[in-house]
Amino acid sequence: MASITLQGVRKTFGAVEVIPGVDLAIEDKSFVVFVGPSGCGKSTLLRLIAGLEDVTAGQIRIDGVDVVQVPPAKRGLSMVFQSYALYPHMSVRGNIAFALKMAGMNKAEIDRRVTAAAATLNLTPYLDRKPRDLSGGQRQRVAIGRAIVREPKGFLFDEPLSNLDAALRVQMRLEIATLQKSLGTTAIYVTHDQVEAMTMADKIVVLNAGRIEQYGSPLELYERPANLFVAGFIGSPKMNFVTGAPAAALGAATIGVRPEHVAVRPGADGPRGSWSGRVTVAEHLGSDTFLFADTELGTVTVRAAGEIGLKPGDSVRLIPDSARIHRFDQAGRAIRG
Amino acid sequence: MATRQTQILGRSVTAPSVLLLLAWSLAPLAATIYFSFTYYNLLNPASGQFVGIDNYSYFLTDPAFLASLKNTLVLVGSVLVITVVLGTLVAVLMNQPVIGLNIVRLMVIAPFFVMPTVSALVWKNLLMHPVSGLFAWIANSLGLHPIDWFANAPMLAVILIVAWQWLPFATLILLTALQSLDGEQLEAAEMDGAGPFSTFFYITLAHLARPITVVILIETIFLLSVFAEIFVTTGGGPGLATTNIAFLIYSQALIQYDVGGASAGGIVAVILANIVATFLVRLVGKNLEA
Ligand SMILES: Nc1ncnc2c1ncn2[C@@H]1O[C@H](COP(=O)(O)OP(=O)(O)O)[C@@H](O)[C@H]1O
Ligand SMILES: [Mg+2]
Repeated sequence: MASITLQGVRKTFGAVEVIPGVDLAIEDKSFVVFVGPSGCGKSTLLRLIAGLEDVTAGQIRIDGVDVVQVPPAKRGLSMVFQSYALYPHMSVRGNIAFALKMAGMNKAEIDRRVTAAAATLNLTPYLDRKPRDLSGGQRQRVAIGRAIVREPKGFLFDEPLSNLDAALRVQMRLEIATLQKSLGTTAIYVTHDQVEAMTMADKIVVLNAGRIEQYGSPLELYERPANLFVAGFIGSPKMNFVTGAPAAALGAATIGVRPEHVAVRPGADGPRGSWSGRVTVAEHLGSDTFLFADTELGTVTVRAAGEIGLKPGDSVRLIPDSARIHRFDQAGRAIRG
Repeated sequence: MATRQTQILGRSVTAPSVLLLLAWSLAPLAATIYFSFTYYNLLNPASGQFVGIDNYSYFLTDPAFLASLKNTLVLVGSVLVITVVLGTLVAVLMNQPVIGLNIVRLMVIAPFFVMPTVSALVWKNLLMHPVSGLFAWIANSLGLHPIDWFANAPMLAVILIVAWQWLPFATLILLTALQSLDGEQLEAAEMDGAGPFSTFFYITLAHLARPITVVILIETIFLLSVFAEIFVTTGGGPGLATTNIAFLIYSQALIQYDVGGASAGGIVAVILANIVATFLVRLVGKNLEA
């Protein structure tokens, strides 16, 4: 239960500047996701907050107290690592209890807390097993158990689900989000997967090359991306970008429209402002159809609900929803109003 | 080895070497067992008759046997303790990022490449010599009385020499193991509030349990038969102070020319080695599982 504030946080490794300067305010009890492409500095930023790396400059305040000089264990944050980083020679019980033991807590209290954490995470039958005798999902739970048992002020997750299969990832995603809400503990969650970010976050931080491109709620990012990078990063399939005459007509350098905001109709004719094209690939998901069409503006992606009877080679007319066109200026910033 | 065919192929190709190895190791063993039941003295031409277990009872009841058994265990045990403890510490130190690490590594590893006889001679004449040795010189310059190592602490002297030779081996294995310790585990421990000592005991040492077992097993095999260091320095003395089983067998065979008795001693040594090995595997071998 803590607010976490970053102020002018900078990090360089030797001559390489990984985080050029970040300001960020994370509210108490909120679930904040850092998302961005691989290598953009998400882990580094998280490790700076954890105290596993020293900041080059700037302040990190937890509940208003600058913790830059405070060692990791004293910051009151606990971390779930991508590799889980369980202690292989300790039982599940030993793993979960380790931090409490290090804190010199008495045995009865440790037992009580470990039992409670295990019950929350459905680990009770496995308490005496070694990590190597657990499945991936169970190991993940142990790692989470190790984090919650300390009753920290905040959780830090570094891509915790990336080693799980797709079905388990969806399930754990839900469990982590539910757990965080029920504990009411501030959480920072790092991922490169924008679906994870959109589904779990109260607020998303989109990072690019160590800079915050936008900080806002998932819907805010979806509906009002601040710039081309966020517009292209959030949403799947990716937003279509068009430059040239159609953009100039709307007073922008680039316009963007999401695949789900492009209507498609067979044939060569359509209203003004629509684009003609030819289907190159049609992906049929049952619930949705993704069409990729060649137009004079380049490849345009369309996401249509349900099944539409179009196949490669068909001529189509693409009609962007004019109310949901995003406009960007020369520098890539969104034009509002 | 997926199919039956590759299995058969594999076996038939390896068979000759396996057979050769068997013959290689079994023939001397068979000969030794045979000699151990005969009266066979190199000084007595009337050798060769079957004497039953006489050689064994003679060897086992010889007071020198118990003394050398004890010496063997003391030597093996002490060297194991010294090399494992120091090896772990040195490995942990060498695992830190230090400037000039490559040179330090080379220096730590170097003793392993020195032949036992050579290193024993160096220790005997250049380091531990009561008059001209380095230790004596140090003791003198500190105003202390130099120790006459091989007269007053012969076993300790042998232990130090042998431990010095085996320290690099232990260090190397443990250092390699340390380098495979997952960095995130150490960071997790840091987040969990473990200080340097807790991290060392709960994480590092636990991680090293298996390689330490390997070091102990391998070293034991070689330490049971330490010979050159004793031969070169103390010759098993004074008295029986540094005579181990290997040296006792040697003195039976080549000092007393009693091949039969020495063979019996050799077989006893083989049995003892097996007992110790079984014991060790039981004791620490469970670390090797999984
Ligand atoms: N210890 C380090 N030394 C030098 N460069 C590093 C170090 N850690 C990370 N980096 C660099 O910082 C950048 C960001 O890394 P990271 O935070 O791990 O990215 P992400 O987690 O977003 O994929 C990368 O270019 C990486 O090479
Ligand atoms: Mg990362």
